[in-house]
Amino acid sequence: MIGVGKIKQYSNVLDKPLAKGKQEVSLSAFAFLFSELVQYNQTQVDNIAELERRLEDAGYAVGARVLELLCHRDKGNRRETRLLGILSFVHSTVWKVLFGKVADSLEKGTEHEDEYMISEKELLVNRFISIPKDMGTFNCGAFVAGIVRGVLDSAGFPAVVTAHFVPMEGQQRPRTTILIKFAEEVLRREARLG
Amino acid sequence: MAPLAPRSGDAIFASVERVNAELFTLTYGAIVRQLLTDLEEVEEVNKQLEQMGYNIGIRLIDEFLAKSNVSRCTDFKETAEVIAKVGFKMFLGVTASVSNWDADGTCCSIILEDNPLVDFVELPDTCQGLYYCNVLSGVIRGALEMVSMKTEVTWVRDMLRGDDAFELQVKLLKQVPEEYPYKDDE
Repeated sequence: MIGVGKIKQYSNVLDKPLAKGKQEVSLSAFAFLFSELVQYNQTQVDNIAELERRLEDAGYAVGARVLELLCHRDKGNRRETRLLGILSFVHSTVWKVLFGKVADSLEKGTEHEDEYMISEKELLVNRFISIPKDMGTFNCGAFVAGIVRGVLDSAGFPAVVTAHFVPMEGQQRPRTTILIKFAEEVLRREARLG
Repeated sequence: MAPLAPRSGDAIFASVERVNAELFTLTYGAIVRQLLTDLEEVEEVNKQLEQMGYNIGIRLIDEFLAKSNVSRCTDFKETAEVIAKVGFKMFLGVTASVSNWDADGTCCSIILEDNPLVDFVELPDTCQGLYYCNVLSGVIRGALEMVSMKTEVTWVRDMLRGDDAFELQVKLLKQVPEEYPYKDDE
């Protein structure tokens, strides 16, 4: 009978049509999931540096996949080759897709040539997280730093990415800054490309 | 004040803050990957996912009850309907359906056609025993336990293993009456 059919079974997940990316889940579902991720990792480590590293590694995997998905779906398989190009891709497109808005600001570091900063007043992942005093400078934004590192690394711009809290006067909660420090080879290549 | 009428899943979902499902999917994938690397045994990962789901469920039920204004469910049938229609919609944005009731109304199946957790996922041969969405069974078990129902939740059909839908079997083991931490006459 025409018109009656069950959902087509795809034997290979790569054959399935790619979703438009408009589907949403509730923020609380994500917040619960993220809190479980952090709690699980807390049981696996002894110190804060390890915890940050594990969150970053989790984010790295997300970043690599986000880059592939976005390049294919939104950018028509064009890839960025310039530093500013990839930075604005992260700051606008990646942020918009993942967090629903572009990042608050993108700045170049004043002290070092190879440093750039993406700032956000309140990172989505940190919204429902409070850090106890004895954890010092730990920042769950390490997950987002990992995502950024994953995107940059897979795009051919190796970098060291970290997340920091920057206290702002007049605001109760500090701003979060993602600090990106590019590797030597990236800067040399950028200089060569002129 | 008159009690508020229960809200439909769609209405609540439209009113809560939402995030991109892909961020959610990829984060869940990262969690499963971390567990597989750490624990290596597929059975262990299944258990850990269920435990994580349980931890989520015991907290999720508070938010669910606060936002949905459902009144006390009269029986397990109503409970299952509410989970499928309101609960899943409110948190995951998908509707589930309930079927396969057994004779005494204590066991049913919740069927999900659409599942945001499994977008882009394929199970490799080495992980064939993995219940990828086991966190969902933990969430249901945890949430129901907080409202005095002890349940057992198992997977009947799993799309990642070649079936055509996701089917969870929810079995009510017993109703545990609420215990007060103090005695009335003291």
